[in-house]
Amino acid sequence: MRRIRNHPLLWPVLTLLLILVVNATLNPGFWKLQWRDGHLYGSVIDILNRAAPLMLVSLGMTLVIATRGIDISVGAVVAISASVAALMIGGTLVIHDGVPSYVSRYPMPLAIGCALLVAVVCGLWNGLLVAKIGLQPIIATLILMVAGRGIAQLVTGGQIVTVYYAPYFYMGNGYLWGLPFALFIALAVYVLLYCAVSHTALGLFIQAIGINPSAARLAGVKQRLISVCVYAFCGLTAGIAGLIISSNVKSADGNNAGNLMELDAILAVTLGGTLLTGGRFSLAGSLIGALIIQALTSTIYSIGVPPEINLVVKASVVFVVMLMQSAEFRRTLHTWVFVRRSPL
Amino acid sequence: MSQKPPEIPVLELSGIAKQFGGTHALRGVNLRLFSGEVHALMGQNGAGKSTLIKVLTGVHPADAGEFRLSGQAIHAETPIAAQNLGISTVYQEVNLCANLSVAENIYAGRYPRHGAAKLWSIDWSRMQADARDLLKRLNLDIDVGQPLDRYSVAVQQMVAIARGLSISAKVLILDEPTSSLDDDEVERLFAVLRQLRDDGLAILFVTHFLDQVYALCDRITVLRNGELVGEYPAAQLGHSALISAMVGREMDATAGAVARPPNSVGAQANALLQLDGIARRGHVKPLQLSIHAGEVVGLGGLLGSGRTELARLIFGLDRSDSGSVHLRGEKVQIDSPAKAIRLGIGLCPEDRKADGIIAELSVRENIALALQARQGLWPALSKARQTELAAHYVKTLGIKTASVETPIGQLSGGNQQKAVLARWLATTPCLLILDEPTRGVDIAAKQEIMNEILALADQGMAVLFISSEMEEVVRVSNRIVVLRDRAKVGELPAGSDDHAVYALIAGTA
Repeated sequence: MRRIRNHPLLWPVLTLLLILVVNATLNPGFWKLQWRDGHLYGSVIDILNRAAPLMLVSLGMTLVIATRGIDISVGAVVAISASVAALMIGGTLVIHDGVPSYVSRYPMPLAIGCALLVAVVCGLWNGLLVAKIGLQPIIATLILMVAGRGIAQLVTGGQIVTVYYAPYFYMGNGYLWGLPFALFIALAVYVLLYCAVSHTALGLFIQAIGINPSAARLAGVKQRLISVCVYAFCGLTAGIAGLIISSNVKSADGNNAGNLMELDAILAVTLGGTLLTGGRFSLAGSLIGALIIQALTSTIYSIGVPPEINLVVKASVVFVVMLMQSAEFRRTLHTWVFVRRSPL
Repeated sequence: MSQKPPEIPVLELSGIAKQFGGTHALRGVNLRLFSGEVHALMGQNGAGKSTLIKVLTGVHPADAGEFRLSGQAIHAETPIAAQNLGISTVYQEVNLCANLSVAENIYAGRYPRHGAAKLWSIDWSRMQADARDLLKRLNLDIDVGQPLDRYSVAVQQMVAIARGLSISAKVLILDEPTSSLDDDEVERLFAVLRQLRDDGLAILFVTHFLDQVYALCDRITVLRNGELVGEYPAAQLGHSALISAMVGREMDATAGAVARPPNSVGAQANALLQLDGIARRGHVKPLQLSIHAGEVVGLGGLLGSGRTELARLIFGLDRSDSGSVHLRGEKVQIDSPAKAIRLGIGLCPEDRKADGIIAELSVRENIALALQARQGLWPALSKARQTELAAHYVKTLGIKTASVETPIGQLSGGNQQKAVLARWLATTPCLLILDEPTRGVDIAAKQEIMNEILALADQGMAVLFISSEMEEVVRVSNRIVVLRDRAKVGELPAGSDDHAVYALIAGTA
């Protein structure tokens, strides 16, 4: 019992359950799952599918935050990656001898590879600015946050690039074993990352860097190299998220793809119990954090909150959730409820 | 200077208890402070001195016990409340703002204001004048408009005391105020403290230096394992009786004081590490130095003589501008700590908190860190292997910790230091550089650390030993290299006494 009470994932999981329960109360069909067109169909599946890109970005962001950094350029990197992939695939429907087939501008694997490569380069740029040049992470990544949208629009020529190539749509719309394919991508990255941090010394090193960079360096941890790699990995996850998003909407919009995603990702990481001050981190927590945000967004849409106030509603809920997760606040609350009432 | 204590103590604590988790940090502790006395609070690392001070100053609320200020029961539940009651503290680490001016530091939070209602803008000129007057009381004449970090640690310490006094303190608590001061500075500090005592202040003085206790203090309270051992007049408690009270067993203060013989094997064999004309502008002037396997080389010199800077150069934390380094006869370029560690060099840093411990990680993780870093990401040391490693050093170095999974930040200073030492021993280095390994460590732990180092040297490890305590350097070293003003001024053989070292430093040899 005590182990459960002190488990770091307790509050994130409770929060998620609470939001799901609220959802179910307001929308009786919430838990209903149907088998349609060869895959599962329902609100929960929809949340999982939509949460996948944010889950990916949050995983990368978790590591960056654990090293005492922050990456506010991920939204821009999502846009760049989406734009590069969409532009390189382009695609047309060709009917040859009565057989319709899709033709892409460049082979799809090449397009995906290039988009991810560009995303990694973006991450490397951030990492070098932070670790080698010594800029403050928020300033260093602010540069790409601003410039990245410009780059994305340069790539797309300021237009929304539409993709006409069916195989590419699988990533964001397809299903595997009845579940959204995007979810598998997110889980695969999570499993890989989990193995990397728990079965190699990466987790130890990242925490050491986050808690005391100078002591970590003195103990022989290659602090700069690891920081650069962590930013590069964060770029990669943003790149994958960009692919999923553009695949999902079958187009790339350099101006709006991944807009404000950096804030959602930071929020997801924080909701998952990782402190912004670096050090101890929780990958599973960040996944749950991403689900909380997506579930919350779905609730807001499904209960019909007017669009003009939905951000305010979201912010209020996040505020309450953050308060409930703060041990300090819970203590204060406990004192109010139990101590103040007793006669002095 | 023992005066007859007046009837009512200015501050009296009785039956103080404080628990952290399952650990009793304090149990039934009493403390009496009279005005016009300097009172020493003594005890080993982990005896509860720091906790008692934190309880006293309202940082941690006590679980049980009573506080009386001049006979009146009081509650000091926050640091501010304690300050307002006239209890001022100067902590071990000077906690002032280095970028603010001296005057601003003294009056931070209580800036004098213009206007009758004291609501107008800050009265800078009055603040500076007040600060100057205050520091004059401490025999310090400096420009109070300059940022604090322009001044030495000793001056910063005085400024911290001045800040305490400016709150019209009745009780002044000094936690290890002398650990980073040289002898002259200590003497100056003591002169000021004696004067303050004669003005009627009650001073609580925490230190590890026994000589300073006898030079300054009137009465002594001894703690051990969170419990009160006793309260003694300093004149009636001899050196060895004090140590026995602290450690709880008979102990010879001079044990292990036998000087090491010159390392005859090492002197003939090729040097393990050979530095030729290694230098870094503004840090270290070109110098020659050789260290042999199994040899303990002491680095003597005052604060700022270039001791730490030399250690950083060897370890690759700073890069040298010139000169060459040979390790086992081979020329090497050490440009990062990772490289140094690969070559078998370890460095226990001077500032344990800033560069040594990783506070929120467990003792186990802290000990395994350097070994793991040398191995790289893969293969990771299994948790079982790490636990075994940590348990081994917890036992051999006598690290006091609830378990190897305890975050290292919760350990007392001396035990943190031992754990950092263990981190390096786990890498089985051929050369270990120890920069002030015994600073802030109690006498028993100090000796355990020194014995461990000597045992390792006997097994063939080379040690470069840096310490401000010259007797310690003299006692453990096979050879003493003396630095002055960032340059090497000479070498002394084992068996030289500290006067010879000081003579070299002073340039009168």
